[in-house]
Amino acid sequence: MAVDNKVVEQVAHLARVQISAESVPDYASDMSGVLELAAQMDQVDTSSVEPMAHPTHAVQRLRDDVVDEVNQRDAFQAIAPSVENGYYLVPPVIE
Amino acid sequence: MQWETVIGLEIHAQLATRSKIFSASSTQYGAEPNTQASAVDLGMPGVLPVLNREAVHMAIKFALATDAEIGRHNVFARKNYFYPDLPKGYQISQMSLPIVGTGTVTVELDDGEIKEVGLTRAHLEEDAGKSVHEEFHDATGVDLNRAGTPLLEIVSEPDMRSAKEAVAYARKIHSLVRYIEICDGNMQEGSFRCDANVSIRPAGQEELGTRSEIKNVNSFRFLERAINFEVDRQIDILEGGGEVVQETRLYDADKDETRSMRSKEEANDYRYFPDPDLLPVHIEEELIESLRSAMPELPDARRKRFIADFDLSEYDAGVMTADRRTADYFETVLDKSGASAKLACSWISGELFSRLNKDSLELGDSPVDAERFSALVARIHDNTISGKIGKDILDKMWSGNDDVDAIIDKEGLRQISDTSEIEKMIDDVIAANPDQLAQYRSGKDKLLAYFVGQVMKASRGKANPGQLNKLLQEKLKE
Amino acid sequence: MHKLTLAAMQRSLESGEFSSVELCQHLIERTKQHNETLNAFVSITEEQALSEAKAADEKRAAGDTLGSLHGLPIAHKDIFCTDGVRTSCGSKMLENFVPPYNATVVEKLKSAGAISLGKTNMDEFAMGSSNENSFFGVVRNPWDTERVPGGSSGGSAAAVAGRLVPACTGTDTGGSIRQPAAFCGITGIKPTYGRVSRYGMIAFASSLDQGGPLAATAEDCALLLNEMAGFDPRDSTSIDRANDDYMATLHQPVKGMKIGLPKQYFEAGLDDSIAALLQQAIKELEKLGAEFVDIELKNQHLAVPAYYIVAPAECSSNLARFDGVRYGHRCEDPKDLEDLYKRSRAEGFGREVKRRILVGTYALSAGYYDAFYVKAQKIRSLISQDFSQAFADVDFILGPTTPSPAFKIGEKTSDPVAMYLNDIYTIPANLAGLPGISVPCGDVGGLPVGLQLVGNYFDEARLLNVAHQYQTVTDWHTRIPG
Ligand SMILES: [Mg+2]
Ligand SMILES: [Zn+2]
Repeated sequence: MAVDNKVVEQVAHLARVQISAESVPDYASDMSGVLELAAQMDQVDTSSVEPMAHPTHAVQRLRDDVVDEVNQRDAFQAIAPSVENGYYLVPPVIE
Repeated sequence: MQWETVIGLEIHAQLATRSKIFSASSTQYGAEPNTQASAVDLGMPGVLPVLNREAVHMAIKFALATDAEIGRHNVFARKNYFYPDLPKGYQISQMSLPIVGTGTVTVELDDGEIKEVGLTRAHLEEDAGKSVHEEFHDATGVDLNRAGTPLLEIVSEPDMRSAKEAVAYARKIHSLVRYIEICDGNMQEGSFRCDANVSIRPAGQEELGTRSEIKNVNSFRFLERAINFEVDRQIDILEGGGEVVQETRLYDADKDETRSMRSKEEANDYRYFPDPDLLPVHIEEELIESLRSAMPELPDARRKRFIADFDLSEYDAGVMTADRRTADYFETVLDKSGASAKLACSWISGELFSRLNKDSLELGDSPVDAERFSALVARIHDNTISGKIGKDILDKMWSGNDDVDAIIDKEGLRQISDTSEIEKMIDDVIAANPDQLAQYRSGKDKLLAYFVGQVMKASRGKANPGQLNKLLQEKLKE
Repeated sequence: MHKLTLAAMQRSLESGEFSSVELCQHLIERTKQHNETLNAFVSITEEQALSEAKAADEKRAAGDTLGSLHGLPIAHKDIFCTDGVRTSCGSKMLENFVPPYNATVVEKLKSAGAISLGKTNMDEFAMGSSNENSFFGVVRNPWDTERVPGGSSGGSAAAVAGRLVPACTGTDTGGSIRQPAAFCGITGIKPTYGRVSRYGMIAFASSLDQGGPLAATAEDCALLLNEMAGFDPRDSTSIDRANDDYMATLHQPVKGMKIGLPKQYFEAGLDDSIAALLQQAIKELEKLGAEFVDIELKNQHLAVPAYYIVAPAECSSNLARFDGVRYGHRCEDPKDLEDLYKRSRAEGFGREVKRRILVGTYALSAGYYDAFYVKAQKIRSLISQDFSQAFADVDFILGPTTPSPAFKIGEKTSDPVAMYLNDIYTIPANLAGLPGISVPCGDVGGLPVGLQLVGNYFDEARLLNVAHQYQTVTDWHTRIPG
């Protein structure tokens, strides 16, 4: 289950994390190690096993349709990297 | 080569809940940027989603209205991608186990043909925020007020064969969601948005052609144009020996064309997986039954009833059931005024609608509600006033608070139906117009209208027109 | 004063032996003095703590009580959001993040009268077993400052072991309460998944994360858990179930309780001296009347492989919100949107976090989803079934908390997989959502060793009961590093 540099680059792009060219091979070897560990799971036939997404067997609770949030824009935007006129700013996005 | 067009629609209907799907922020349209974005909507660290009961109920109502399967065990999944209007880096949506499964929608086309369109599924999801590009120099602004607004994404089978069919289907869904009051249908505000998957194939071929997905269509008129443009574009490509690329295209209403949306085009891998912050939603039979028993009569059934019970024409029944408010209004007027369905219908579709149109008002905002309007129609029906005076009175009711009877009394507009009183006015008019009388008697029948007008004028419009006509004809013959 | 347990401090405050201000002041001074070496705290909220302590003393003088933790000092792992107090999660990404809201746990402890002295260091985003992955530097084990305190709640464990504070909050995704508790010679309990609210607790792996207390004794853990536990309407995975009174049942007899010893926990890989200490503990419990039976947890060996797919998969999605747009680190002069994302995240996250994001992204991506993510969820089912079967026969399962005592700083940093195998005994309870407690049961060459008891769902009260009974006949939990 060896991960090559190209896979690291593709996955890093999907995850939007910049990985410098010189550290790509390190990540490739780290990822390979983890995936090798994970490959031990193949020892067991799980074709008739239901996947388990939650540790409890509870079901979703539903909330009443009530508005009880107040405007806290100032508090939230006080910790934002870049805001103007109430908007969060990002580099221009062209569509 | 004969080409066949294949269209499937994905409609995003914004659900008319008060609060968002996973937070208690308001969904009200038009607030100042980011003033309706709570910690949950902003995707702040550590905060968690809790599902709005009403959104679930609305999705079930949609399933009931389209005879669709209900996902008794449905699951929320995360759709992972990065975009500034998507605060958590994922959209909470539904993937393999949606709340609404397959169903059918019956669509009536312009030529009267009935078409069945299959529903693939409908699922609950949260809306994203909005990006603003014009207001900032060298930056894009992000407003997350809309983030977390509940959407029902309604996906059809590729069952439509022309832009007209696609529009008829979209209109049907539009009317349905408003009818069952799960969406306000406001396309300008983005409460009802259509994406169209369009492909063409040689007539007779089974296999589907490569499709493109048209986004950003905010009116039915544009939907029709965008599809037609896209079909022509694909025919040109194929007939020129080229190949259609599967891509997302944006409709530009100003240029009336679609263009490729390259920014969203890179191969996406959304890495859907069940959202660990939300548990499976279980829908019990009791809930379905209680929602079913509270369902309003649906437009198709109501139209048929209006035709059968009230003897309305196919056309009038269609107009009176176009949306639930109109149909309710009509039934109230019918009930309270005691008038015939035809009279009630013509006053609603004529006088009421033209005034609403002129003032750009929705029926719900009409200055004259169904109760007051019923009283007016009742007075026309029982001959207290003529239709003409009814129109003047409606104008006064429109701008003031007086009811029909108050206006009639105040202005003395009660219709004159007393035979001797009308005869007296007729005698006076005949006496004052000897020349016209002579001409009429020598065969100029058209002058009858002149006499009617004169008597009407003398009565200040109050003479009962039916009676006046009958009496006048008798007198002129004498 | 600092040597007292939380329960003893409570009695002293009540009897007026010392005031809350005196107690807090003393501990803050101690913390300032020792934190230079231990690096257990990332923030000390002195001013706020002393003003709250003063208010608590005044209330007490007026005859009012704030709640069961009236005037008692604690500290929060820096993963819990604290209104107005920087919450960094051990990351450069949140170096300057001051949330305008409290986590439910913080809110609950505050309203019970507890006073937070500050925020404790941790592995970045709770990813680690040694506390070497903090942006704020490695935390040192008070028993041997060349060694790690365990992780990810290493700051909390070191703070309690060093008697800087009597009790702390922690979180446990794969052993992050129990393993540092074992390494530092204290007691820590991971409750049943859903017992303690996750609201405002920065998510690592949502289906595994669970908050809980770390303290010197089981009794102190019970005191704290009594206030931490409970239904929270803001957390969909929180269980709507009446609270138990964990203090009320501490003194019940252990006699007749049946404890399972999984064959797989005592096999190769376990340090011999730890195995010997466990045998001693088993004897003590037998003397108290517990019965032991051998059991099987046959898929135990697949817990670590499954965990290192499930946890990274969830983390890759949970950490997507840290994009440099609304809060947190943003790179300088991004040239476009993609650059903003990629550099902000590359600069804001440390190596281990990036490693797990990449693994998780890979495991969820097209073509690998079934082979990795779904497969791991199925293994999770099997592990959970193994436990259900075991709990049909026994009340608890006993084993080691860790395969070895605290290792040296730097010893395992070069091999992530070797590091991951440290959690081999703690991870199964997280996958199944079961409660587990680690209790000190001896030392190896001056380094503390912990034993772990895993209970059935919502059996925290009995776990604390057995642990407390064990602590009435042993004194490992009373030892304090020199
Ligand atoms: Mg969707
Ligand atoms: Zn959608």
